[in-house]
Amino acid sequence: MGPEIRSWREPHRLVLLAIGIGIIVFAAINMRWDWLPRYSGRLVEGVGTTLWLLFLTSALGFLLAVPLGLVQAAGPFWLSGPARMFCTVIRGTPLLLQLWLLYYGLGSLFAYWPEIRQSWAWPYLRSAWPYGVLALTLSFAGYEGEVMRGAFAGVPKGELEAARAYGMSPLTAFRRIWLPRAIHRALPTLAGETVLQLKATPLVATITVVDVYAIISRVRQDTYLTYEPLLLLALIYMILTGILVLAFRWLEAKVPVKGG
Amino acid sequence: MLDWIADLASWELLALEPPGWGGVLLGGLAVSLQVAVGGYILGFLFGVGGATGKLYGGPILRDLLDVYTTLVRAVPELVLILLLYYAGTDALNQLMLLIGAERVDISGLAAGIFVIGVVQGAYQTEVLRGAFKAVPHGQIEAARAYGMSSLQVLRRITLPGMLPHAVPGLANLWLIATKDTALLAVVGVAELTLVTRQAGGTTKSYFLFFCAAGLLYLMVTLISNVGIRRVERYARRGMPAVR
Repeated sequence: MGPEIRSWREPHRLVLLAIGIGIIVFAAINMRWDWLPRYSGRLVEGVGTTLWLLFLTSALGFLLAVPLGLVQAAGPFWLSGPARMFCTVIRGTPLLLQLWLLYYGLGSLFAYWPEIRQSWAWPYLRSAWPYGVLALTLSFAGYEGEVMRGAFAGVPKGELEAARAYGMSPLTAFRRIWLPRAIHRALPTLAGETVLQLKATPLVATITVVDVYAIISRVRQDTYLTYEPLLLLALIYMILTGILVLAFRWLEAKVPVKGG
Repeated sequence: MLDWIADLASWELLALEPPGWGGVLLGGLAVSLQVAVGGYILGFLFGVGGATGKLYGGPILRDLLDVYTTLVRAVPELVLILLLYYAGTDALNQLMLLIGAERVDISGLAAGIFVIGVVQGAYQTEVLRGAFKAVPHGQIEAARAYGMSSLQVLRRITLPGMLPHAVPGLANLWLIATKDTALLAVVGVAELTLVTRQAGGTTKSYFLFFCAAGLLYLMVTLISNVGIRRVERYARRGMPAVR
């Protein structure tokens, strides 16, 4: 974490590294991994579902978060009030509860309506993933809306006034100055929120969406193994988190800090 | 067709006495709060230990603590809860076997507190470490120059100095702890979210019960916010207002 650069070649690090590798080798030899080839295909598919959920819900959630943040920073009270209430409710209740409310609650309400049951949307509404996508999207929007509010409010007034002085219309000023500057300010938090979103995706397995977590649960049921599948799952999430962190670091480095 | 409106408004389902499920929900809330408070306090102990170790420990301890905080923050809470829940109960039983005692049946409550504590500890370590480093070194040196003992420096300078930096992060973690207890539903701890689903499953009034539970969680958050604002005002007394 800290800025201090510590070398890998310090003696105690080498010993720790050797112990770590020793533990991994021990686990690889002494634990049961014979199930791995049978499930490898499905595991890859599960990781795909997890990533697909992550990117779709983060993108949709971010699109929702921009207006949510904007109306809270500069909107009239009849828009900022509901937006603030939405963010409070989403941030004040557990995601698992929201997910189950949508899946069990909303899902059971839809069943009452013959119009919905006969419509084209029913096959989708009967499956689980739309509820998972909706819950994750709303959750991301709630948390990120709060971040965007601060980011919009934090853009210096002078920059917006300068944009107006150049004769930009409010829409152009928003598109060219306000939004890019706010996103730039929110980028570090956005990285953290996306990692949190990745860590929230396994919850959808509780409503029968088949992501990588659900595949591992399946392995555990089939093989009666407790630790091996869970350890592999932890490793998969660690790798995904690492890739996400590196990707955002690269993205942040791409944005110039000083223009010209 | 309008059955579901009647369904939504069947308030007698929320009555406290047994035909209603209100008492069950409140019982679940009590379990949730117990786990949250217990886990938070345990996490604080881990956090204080972890932050002290990271700041003053030897290189090996620092590296091990880095591994702990990085691992916990990179793996989903749900996976950690499953791993620690099984591994924790397993390890304790192995220990009991080793010293020749009977197998113990660990209550979901105790296991839940342990799991939330381990997760919270990693985050609190980072918060406390950051707050500690935010105290200007000159203040501590000045206190030493006045002849204060290290315990006095801690009590008079370091702790009050780090409090305004630690409170926002710690408050945020408390809110996360209250919501993370919901994940224990997956391992079968009868906390608010799980009993709500059971109530919904029995009566088929999912919407009503999940909304009621949501309100309970929201009330915990809002009441906590009032308390947090007070603590924050106390911690920041004498400092210039933010913005």
